[in-house]
Amino acid sequence: MSISGPNDVPNGVPIDERSDVQSDAALVALRGLDKRFKSGTLALENLDLTVRGGEFLSLLGPSGCGKSTILRLIAGLEAPSRGAVTWRARAAAKDVKKDIGFVFQEPTLMPWASVFDNVYLPLRLNGQSRRAARPAIEAMLGLVGLASFAAAFPRELSGGMRMRVSIARALVLKPSLLLMDEPFAALDEITRWRLNDDLLRLKQELGTTIVFVTHSVYESVYLSSRIAVMAARPGRIVAEIAVDAPLPRGKTFRQSPIYESGCARAAEALESAMPGETTA
Amino acid sequence: MNGVLRRYGPPAAVLAALLALWEAIVRLAEIPDYLLPAPSVILATIVSDRETLFGSLVVTLTITLEALACALLGGVGIAILFAEWKWIERSLLPIAIALQVTPIIAIAPLLLVYLQAQTAVLVSAFLVAFFPILANTALGLASAERNLVDLFALYGASRWQTLRLLQIPAALPYFFGGLKIGGGLALVGAIVAELAAGASGQGIGLAYRIVEAGNRLNIPRMFAALALISLTGIAIFVALAGLSRLALRRWHESAVDREN
Repeated sequence: MSISGPNDVPNGVPIDERSDVQSDAALVALRGLDKRFKSGTLALENLDLTVRGGEFLSLLGPSGCGKSTILRLIAGLEAPSRGAVTWRARAAAKDVKKDIGFVFQEPTLMPWASVFDNVYLPLRLNGQSRRAARPAIEAMLGLVGLASFAAAFPRELSGGMRMRVSIARALVLKPSLLLMDEPFAALDEITRWRLNDDLLRLKQELGTTIVFVTHSVYESVYLSSRIAVMAARPGRIVAEIAVDAPLPRGKTFRQSPIYESGCARAAEALESAMPGETTA
Repeated sequence: MNGVLRRYGPPAAVLAALLALWEAIVRLAEIPDYLLPAPSVILATIVSDRETLFGSLVVTLTITLEALACALLGGVGIAILFAEWKWIERSLLPIAIALQVTPIIAIAPLLLVYLQAQTAVLVSAFLVAFFPILANTALGLASAERNLVDLFALYGASRWQTLRLLQIPAALPYFFGGLKIGGGLALVGAIVAELAAGASGQGIGLAYRIVEAGNRLNIPRMFAALALISLTGIAIFVALAGLSRLALRRWHESAVDREN
C-alpha cells in the first residue's frame, strides 16, 4: 500500500480499547437521535444505531424513512436535532471528516475532470501533490478495474464505470468507514450484480466498514453482515437481521438457505414496516 | 470535409441566393445607387474607401474589445464576490439591474456630458456587456451540483478550494453563454455611443461614418460601413463561440460532437 489512511484499521478489526459499553467494537454510535427538518417533518425519532468496525451494515426501508439522513448525520453533513453521534475514541482524535468515504446515488463526478483527477480530488483537498498521489490513484483505479481509463472523461464512460470511479474516489484515502446512499439503484441488474461482487471484494481487501442504504431486499441480504430495517414517519429502526455468511459471496450464496431465509425475514420485516398494507 | 459542407453549406447558399436576388433586382429595375446600391457596389465602396473605413473599423473594434475585456473582468470578479458574500449580492444587484434595464441610448448622451467622447463610448459599451456576463457567471457559480458541494465539505475543503476546483469550472458553460451575449452587446453599446457622440470624438468610429455619409447622401458608403459593423459583430460572435467550444469540448454537452 503506497499511502496509509488517517486511521489504519487492518481488516477492519478495531485495535483500540473498547470505548463503547453497549457494543464491543463500535466504530460510530448514534444515541437517542432526533432529526427534525426546517419544514417541521420529523425525519428520525429516538434512533439508536451502532456501526461496528468491519461490518457491512445495510439500512433497508421504504422511501422517506430517513435512511439517507442517517448517512448525512454520520458524515457530519447535517447536525441532529437531539442526541449525539459519537466516534470511537481513536478515530475521534483524528480528523473524522477525512476518515469517511461517501458514495451518492448518482456518481457525482466532476464532468470537467478526467477519471484520474476525479479520484485525485480527496487527496488534493488533503494537500497532496499530484505526483505524490499518483501511485495511490493508479492502485485504486486498478482495484476498481479502470486502470486504462485514467485519462477518460466521465461522459465517455458507462453508468457502471462512472459508479466505479465514484467508489474509487471514496476509497482512495483508505477511510475506515464508507457510506453509500443507494449507489446502484440506477444501474441495470447485471451491472448491479457485478458491482455488488466488486464491492464485497474491495471490502475484503481494504477492510473498510460499510454502511449501505438500499430499498432492495435482495441487495441488502446479498451484501450485508447485518441489516437494519426501517419504517417511515417518523423514521425509526424496527428490526435487525444478521446475515451470517462469509465473504466472498457468489452465485452459490444466492441459492443458499441463509440467503433465502435472510430475504424472507427482511421482506417480512419491511412489509410490516410499511404503513397501510397490514392492519391499521 | 463532408461534415463541413453539410454544416456550412445551407446557410452559405441562402446568403449567396439573397445577395444574388438583391443584385438582380437592383440591376433589372435599374435602381440608382443613391436609393439602393447593389452588393457589388457596396463591395466596391469598401475597397475604394478602405483607408477611411478600415481606420474607423479599428477605432470601433478596439473600443469594443477593451469594453468587453473590462466587462469580463468586472462581471466575473463581481460574480465571485456575489457567490462568496450574499450581502454584497443583495446590495449591488439592484444597481446592476437598474443599469441594465435603462436603455443605453438614453444613458449615452449623459455620459458624454461628463466624459471625453472616447471614454464615454468605452463606458457605454462596458455597461451593456457587463450585465449578461455578471448574471450568467453568478448563476453558474451557484449551480454546482449539491452533492459535489457536500463532498467538498466532507473533505474539509476551504472556501477558496471549493471556488477554484468546483464552482468556477461548473460556472464555465454559463460564463461563456454570457460572454457571447456580452460580446454582441459591447458592439451595440459602442455604436450607440458613437452615434450620440457625433464628430466630437478624436478617433472616428464606423457609426459616425454612417452619419457622415448620410449627410453627404453617399448611400453606398453608408451600406459599406453598415456591412463592416455587421461583419465585426459576426466575427466577435464566431471568435467567442470558438473559444467556448475549445474550452468545453471535452466535457460539456453543448460543445461535444456526437458520434454518428
